[in-house]
Formats: sequence, C-alpha cells, structure tokens
Amino acid sequence: MIQPAKPELVTVNIDGQEVEVPKGINVIEAARMVGVDVPHYCYHPKLTIAGNCRMCLIELGMPAVDRATREPIMDEATGKQKINWIPRPQIGCGTNVSPGMHIKTQSDMVKECREGVMEFLLINHPLDCPICDQAGECKLQEQATGYGRGYSRFIEQKNVKPKRTQLGPRVVLDDERCVLCSRCIRFSQEVAKDDVLGFVDRGSYSTLTCYPGKELANNYSLNTVDICPVGALTSTDFRFKMRVWFLKQTNSIDTESSVGANTVVWSREGVIYRITPRQNDEVNDTWMADSGRILYKQVQSDDRLLPAGSLADNLAAASALLKDGGVAVVGSGRSSVEEQFFTARIAKQLEAKSCIVARHGEGDGILVSADRNPNTRGALVTGLITGLPATELTELAADIDAGAVKTVLVVGEDLTAAGLSADQLAKVNIVYLGFHANATSAAAKVSIAGLTVFEKSGTYINQQFRLQKFASAVPGLAGATDDRVVLAQLLAAVGGETTGSDLASVWSALSREISVLDGLAYAQLPDTGLLLDSTAWSGLAFPEGETLHYQPATAEATA
Amino acid sequence: MSAPAERRMIFKHIDEEGYSNDIDCYLKNGGYEILKKAVTQKPEDIRDEVKKSGLRGRGGAGFSCGLKWSFVDRKSGKPIYLVVNADESEPGTFKDRYIIHQDPHQLIEGTMISCFANDVKQAYIYIRGEFPEGARILEQAIQEARDKGFVGKNILGTDYSCDMFIHRGAGAYICGEETGLIESLEGKRANPRIKPPYFPAVLGLYQCPTIVNNVETLCHVKHILEMGADEYLKIGTPNNTGTRIFCVSGHVKKPGYYEYACGEITMGQLLYDVCGGPLDGREFKAVIPGGSSAKVLRFGEKFTLKNKDGSTRELGVEDIPLDFDTLAACGTMGGSGGVIVMDDSVNMVEALANINAFYAHESCGQCTPCREGSLWMKKITSRMVHGEAREEDGELMKSVADQIAGRTICAFGEACSWPTQSFVLKFGDEFKSYQDDKQKASAGKLELV
Ligand SMILES: Cc1cc2nc3c(=O)[nH]c(=O)nc-3n(C[C@H](O)[C@H](O)[C@H](O)COP(=O)(O)O)c2cc1C
Ligand code: SF4
Ligand code: SF4
Ligand code: FES
Repeated sequence: MIQPAKPELVTVNIDGQEVEVPKGINVIEAARMVGVDVPHYCYHPKLTIAGNCRMCLIELGMPAVDRATREPIMDEATGKQKINWIPRPQIGCGTNVSPGMHIKTQSDMVKECREGVMEFLLINHPLDCPICDQAGECKLQEQATGYGRGYSRFIEQKNVKPKRTQLGPRVVLDDERCVLCSRCIRFSQEVAKDDVLGFVDRGSYSTLTCYPGKELANNYSLNTVDICPVGALTSTDFRFKMRVWFLKQTNSIDTESSVGANTVVWSREGVIYRITPRQNDEVNDTWMADSGRILYKQVQSDDRLLPAGSLADNLAAASALLKDGGVAVVGSGRSSVEEQFFTARIAKQLEAKSCIVARHGEGDGILVSADRNPNTRGALVTGLITGLPATELTELAADIDAGAVKTVLVVGEDLTAAGLSADQLAKVNIVYLGFHANATSAAAKVSIAGLTVFEKSGTYINQQFRLQKFASAVPGLAGATDDRVVLAQLLAAVGGETTGSDLASVWSALSREISVLDGLAYAQLPDTGLLLDSTAWSGLAFPEGETLHYQPATAEATA
Repeated sequence: MSAPAERRMIFKHIDEEGYSNDIDCYLKNGGYEILKKAVTQKPEDIRDEVKKSGLRGRGGAGFSCGLKWSFVDRKSGKPIYLVVNADESEPGTFKDRYIIHQDPHQLIEGTMISCFANDVKQAYIYIRGEFPEGARILEQAIQEARDKGFVGKNILGTDYSCDMFIHRGAGAYICGEETGLIESLEGKRANPRIKPPYFPAVLGLYQCPTIVNNVETLCHVKHILEMGADEYLKIGTPNNTGTRIFCVSGHVKKPGYYEYACGEITMGQLLYDVCGGPLDGREFKAVIPGGSSAKVLRFGEKFTLKNKDGSTRELGVEDIPLDFDTLAACGTMGGSGGVIVMDDSVNMVEALANINAFYAHESCGQCTPCREGSLWMKKITSRMVHGEAREEDGELMKSVADQIAGRTICAFGEACSWPTQSFVLKFGDEFKSYQDDKQKASAGKLELV
C-alpha cells in the first residue's frame, strides 16, 4: 500500500478563520476543505481554468509589506499585519492560495456579485425546469435558490436558440439552457481529445454547436452530460425516464476492461436507469466511457440464462459429475476475487487444471484498456492462474481430444468463443454457471443461473493491482443465486473445506491464505480501493498500454 | 485664450501635398535613419530611453510603454513576439488608419526599432478586417522594407534578423483587446484570456512573452530615439509626454484629426478654436473624450481637482487639459483619443441606444456579466426608443452596468458599462422623462443596429 506524499501547507485566512491548506490549490478548493462553499459553474477540478462564469468571485487581500524594505506593515489598531484588499472581486477558480492570503466569501460585495451573475444567467434562460431532466441535480436551480435574489427585473424578450440538437448518438443539446461555461468544450479537447464542440455567434447569442460535419460521437461523449452544470446536455438514453431524486445510488465498478473505472449505479425499485462515473483520482478522475454506461442493460437482456431446477438438485448433479474425475476448470476474468477464490479451490480440490479466457481489444489510452477482463489480476492473486491467460483454450482442446477430460466446469465463459468446437463440447460433460445463455450453457449437462455484477457484491483487482469493491444495486433475478454462494456450496459438495459464503467469512479466508491480502477485510476497504503489492507478478508482460493514471511497467522499463 | 499651434509629429506628413506611402518618398524624407542608428545601440539602452521618455500607450489604457516592456520575460528562453495592434475599432477613433494608409513606413520603422530593443525575432501587425486597403498598403510597404534590408534577415547588414507579417482580423471589436487579439492571431475565436496567468509579457502569443502595442505608440518610439528622451519629455506635461492625436467627430463645424502636445490644449480650445465650435444655432451638450467607452462629460458640470500643494481648483468641461491624468481625475479617460461631440439636438437616450447596440453586438460572450448585461442594456434602450420607455429604465440600466464593471475577464466589461453608468448619472432626467419628451416633440429617428 503506497501512501501519497504529504503536500506542503500554507496558512490562509478564509472568512476570518486561519486555516492550513495545501500550497498551490485554488481558492474554491481551499474553501471546500474547510467547509465553505464557493459557488461556481465553469470551474471543474479536472479541466483547465476558463474563468468565464464569474460565479466564484471573492474578495482577496494580501498582507501589506513595505516596498523598499520588504518589512511587514503593521496595523496599529489590531497589532497585526495590515491587509491590502484588492478593490475588485477576483475569481476563486483562477486564484491559487499563497501564504498569508486573505479571502472573503461572505462579504456584501461577494453576495452582490453572485446575485448579479445569477440574475444574468436567468434572464435569457427558458425557465423550463418542470420539463427539464436536470431538475434535482441542476447547479442553476441550486445556486439560484442559494445565491439569487428570488425575483426578476427583466421584462424584455428572451433570446431564442435551438431547443433540441442531437449532438451525437447519445447526447442532446438544448442551447437555451446552456450557460456557456465551456466545460463540455474543454472536456472534449482535453480529456476525450476529440475537438468537436465550439461556440458560434457572439455575445448573448453565443451558441454551442458541433463543428460543421462533425458530431459528438466519441466513446466519452456522455461525460459532457455529467459535467454540464445545467440541463443543456442530456443523455438520449436516460432523458425523460426518471426523476433523479427517486433513484438510489450504489457504488460499483466498470467491468468493461482492467481499468476498473469507479461508477455509481442509479436504480429504483430493482430497475437500473443509468450508470455514471464516481470520482477516483487514482483511477478514472471523474470520467468513464460511454460503453461502460450501457452495461446495466445485461440485467434485463434477452440472453440471460434463466434458472431451471432447484439449486440443491443442480449442485447434486454437478458434484456427481465433478467427483467422477477428469475435470478441467475454466474460470473467468470477469468473476470477482471471491468467486475466483472458490473456483481455484474447487480446481485444487479436484486436482483439475484451471484457466481463464483472455479477452483483448484495442486500448483507447484513456479509460478502456486492452485487457477487456476486469479481473485478470484477481485470477493471478487467487491462484486461479499462474501466468497470463490466452484467448484460445488450446490446451483444453488438446486434452479433450486426447480423452483426458471428462467434465469441464465453466464459469461464465462460452467455450466456443474460446476456440473449442461444438464437437469438442459434445465429447465432455459441462457444468456451467453464469448469467447469460450461450452455446456452452446450451450444451451443458448442468447449468446454474448466476447474477450480473449489478446484482451481487465483491471485489475486482484492476490493472494497477488496485483492489476495488462493488456492491449489489438491485436484487438478483428471481430463482438465480449469487455465483459466490453457488461456488462455495459446490466446493463443499465436492468435499472441499467449508467456508461461509458471506463476504466477511470469505475475506477472513482470503486474508489468511493469500499473502498480498493479509490483514484486509471487505468491510474496511476504502471506496477508492487499495493498492496491493504486485511485485510477485512484475515479470509478466501484461497487454495493457498506457491509460489515465496507468503506466505499464514494460513501457517504463523500455522508455 | 486661443489654442496653441498644432504640433504634428506622428501626423507630420499626413495629407501633405506630394507625400506618398512608398519607400522612396519615405527615404527622401529621412526615413529609416533612426533604425540605422538604433541597430548600432545596445537594446537595453533603447529600452531605457523609451522608459525615460514617459511614453504612454495610445491604444486606450495609457499604460507606460517602458514599464510594459520591462515586464517582458527575457529569461524564459522562448522567443519574444511583438504585435502591432492595428485593430482600431473603438467608435470615434480614426488615427491609426491614416498612419497605415499614408505613412506606413513610419510604423514599420518604429516597430523594427521596438523589435530590436526587445530582441524580437518575429513581429505581427494585426489589422482589422475592415481595412483591406490598409492591409494591402502595409503588405507592400513591408515588402519594400524587406527588399531594402530594413525588415527580415540580417537587418542593415547586422546579425539581427526580424521578420514582420500582416494578419487580418475578421471584423470583431474584441480583437482589439490584446489577449483576444492574441487568440485570434493563433487562429482561434478572439476570447480574451484570464489574467492571471496569461499576461502577454509572460504567456502571450503561442504561450511566449509578447508585447502588444498600438500603431501610434510604436510610431512615437521612432521619434523618441530621433530627438532623445530628454527632448521628448519637454513635449507635453509631466507624466503626459509627447503629442496626442484627437479624432474629433460629431457636432462641430470642423471635425477631423488634430495633433497637439499632450495636455497643452484644453477641451474648450479644441472644440471652439480648433474645430470651429458648435453648428450654427446649436449648443454643446456632451462630449465623450476618448472613444465611445470613455465616460461622457456634460457641458456645465464642474470638477473639483486637487493640486499638488493640497489646494483645489475647479474645472468646467471646457477647461480640462487634454492629457491622461486630468481626464482620469475628472472620472473619464483620454482613451483612444476619439472625441465624440454631441449638441443639444441629441437625445441622450437615443445616443446611448446606439452605443449599447454596438457593445451588445461586440461582446465576445465569454463571461456572464458582459455577455448578458450588454444585451440587456441594449434591449432596454431599444425598447425605450421604440415607444415603451418607463421612468425606472435608466436606473435599472445603471444597476445592470454596475453588475458588469469590474467583474469580467477583460476591460470590455468597463467599456460597455461606463457609457450607461455615465449617461444615466449625468442625464438621468432625460431617461426619466423620455416617454413624455418624445410624445411632445417627435425627435429624430435613429436607426438601430
Ligand atoms: C475591448 C477593447 C478593445 C480594444 N481595442 C483596441 C484597438 O482597437 N486598438 C488598440 O490599439 N488597442 C485596443 N485596446 C487596448 C489593447 O488591449 C491594448 O491595451 C493596447 O493595444 C496596448 O497598446 P498600447 O500600450 O500601445 O496602448 C482595446 C482594449 C479593449 C479592452
Ligand atoms: S452545454 Fe453545458 S457544459 Fe456545455 S457550455 Fe453549455 S452549460 Fe456548459
Ligand atoms: S468582458 Fe465581455 S468581451 Fe471581455 S471576455 Fe468577458 S464577455 Fe468577452
Ligand atoms: S468558476 Fe466560473 S469563473 Fe470561476
């Protein structure tokens, strides 16, 4: 576990309180650290400073020093160093703290500035909140209530702008609601590296648009919806489906690659409505790929494996086949650490070879890596595999052809996608556990319906060897059983040591048996994960290239 | 007291019979001699001379040129750029265009001297889109100067090289604001930059140290070197040195451009003696002394100013010496030298409607107060002149302006709010009674943009 270096601190005075804050951060962040809210629109901690909304104006003063001698000038009345207040308000977002800086966030001037900006932002705003999807998470609504005057002095005609522009396949723009903060533009340029958005026209007629012939179609386009402070950018998938205040938020992990972007799953009454990124400055900042946001659709997808028979019968049938010998185990890089742990134990109990199926794609250099399994590292840590997995199970195929395998336990994977032929499948008994139906489940002697990541809890280990937890957002499919529980019971059924299948019990076994997990407990894992000691696997040539906050070890070595 | 004699320095050859804008004519009149002298001097000596001269920028803010040059980051290892601001767009201003059209080599010489003094290897002239002829003339003049070795590689046989290019704007006032100009020069939308951190002297064009100076300012540099800072200092008044060009427009008998030693002529002398006074049967009502964004002065108002010895003196508008400091002390500014005169035929609501329309159209739209406030003020004055004026509109508009000034990214915030603030403050009654007045006399129609 690597501890970040302690930042250098400076003392500043915020609204009369002397506080210590890290050097170099801006006034908004400094104030935030001591619980003071400096309202803002255009500032976003992960984007460059634009300074255009002017909502964050504050009063700023510096300790007075004599120009010639550099001696402090004292205030006779207070006995303290005199403060030179700048007569004009300054932007908090663009002002970095320095020693002795004095900041007023509550003065009359600051209040007046905020009232002014709020009034200006609302005069041409359509005020269509009742039909706006942003209601409930709209900064304009919140700050109008908190910092506005509460009435309007505007009697002129409002500007008219385009109301429904499809910027790309997933994002819709309402220009009348846009406060021209340029967050979406900066995101496209700086993070997505796809410079397609800009303003046309000028003054109050400025209008956000895509460059001619371009569209906002990159795999990060929905982040613009997340960071748009108002209802100007909305998601085609989510808009008009549900008011956000009805939704329950559950922390989860994006399973589309080994990056493991941290996410929030938004659900109501067992139905998921959207997935958004959750801030983790070591992994994904505040971003995630669009492709990871639609994964919730697998919960209600047509190809889900539906439960058949009772779990007890299925387990009995499965264990009978497995105990008969000649077993091979195909685990999964999509399974949780806990599931992989049980899978590995079953393999060990049965003295079976175990493997997982590698899944490779092109890394995008941002938040989708080349390793499309979320938990390859977990398979290594739990001992399910000892080297890097392959995309094709050639060894298993050869063993089947040689008649060395009678039964294959398959967790979640489709063997035909991993290079096995229908003939080879037909030669063996298959015990399948997973949430979707495929050629392998169809060929299985015993198939047990499992759950999606959204219906269960556990941990993954990402490309950085960061152990990250996810929690179940919605109840599992009726009749299906948590994969972890199924595997624990299967282990017991084939004669293995019985461990409780609840997370606390599994983790006491994990921390006892796996040295890099020593001393850890599920309940104590921080929301942003924990970096594990990965030296044991440093020799492996992992397929990932560079992504946000991740430099592959091999690249470092060759650089 | 009649006006002092005009002192033409920058405009010496403007409208001169037989003077043309080609290099032969310029050379015949002693052109490029100062550049020849300059390249034999030490750059820092030239910078010291300019600092000593007290030269203040002629683009609007009147900032010390020597001080500006001293801010340039010379240790960054990055190239230093110099940009000539030829965007001349402030309503009421028409001086740089004459230099460009009739005496372009004066600008080129002044610029090359300034480049040499600041170790600049690349200069740009940013010229407003509406000056196509000016751009063509400058293009030709630069080529002539290049051919003669005044611009380009190994200037005058020395190992100093500096090239110069023209960049044409596309017709937006905000491109005159120096950081907006730099963005535009980089090929982007002219959104002014936030300062800090983007002070041109440190992080200007292409994030390199950059000097932006007005056309006229750079011409002065040539004359400072020609006569020496000590002589130059004698022109004008302390802290307000050199000459100023006044572009007088509006209701005077002889509008036009006049060059005087700074502070040696009063507003009254300029308007009555030089410009022939008001039109027959009319009276002066108001004057904007430094381009449309300067605060208006009302004839009849009095200013009480402090003297050095602590005593005070009272000035009327006519008594104000036209320099930087006194105009500032009177609550307005010398700005760009555009003197806009209005007589008693002008309705101030309608005049402001015109100004507001300009600023609402020219705001870049980046920052909230200016973007929304400028159009709101325009909508109010438009509504007023189109028949639905309310008594409270003036005050409302002033409070809108108060919510803009001092709170924006660039000085356009002030440029667009100062007219409203000063018009309403000084002619408030006219705003209150506009509806009635208009009904009484169907005042002159005003075409709005
Ligand atoms: C809105 C706005 C418009 C401006 N337009 C011009 C202009 O057209 N020409 C100009 O020389 N300066 C203009 N300026 C001033 C420039 O920003 C800059 O101060 C000037 O070019 C510096 O040159 P100087 O120091 O030689 O005066 C403008 C400033 C603002 C805020
Ligand atoms: S669409 Fe949203 S994020 Fe983009 S500029 Fe407008 S308000 Fe800002
Ligand atoms: S003050 Fe006006 S012109 Fe200047 S940056 Fe802001 S919106 Fe643009
Ligand atoms: S947050 Fe918008 S100006 Fe600071």
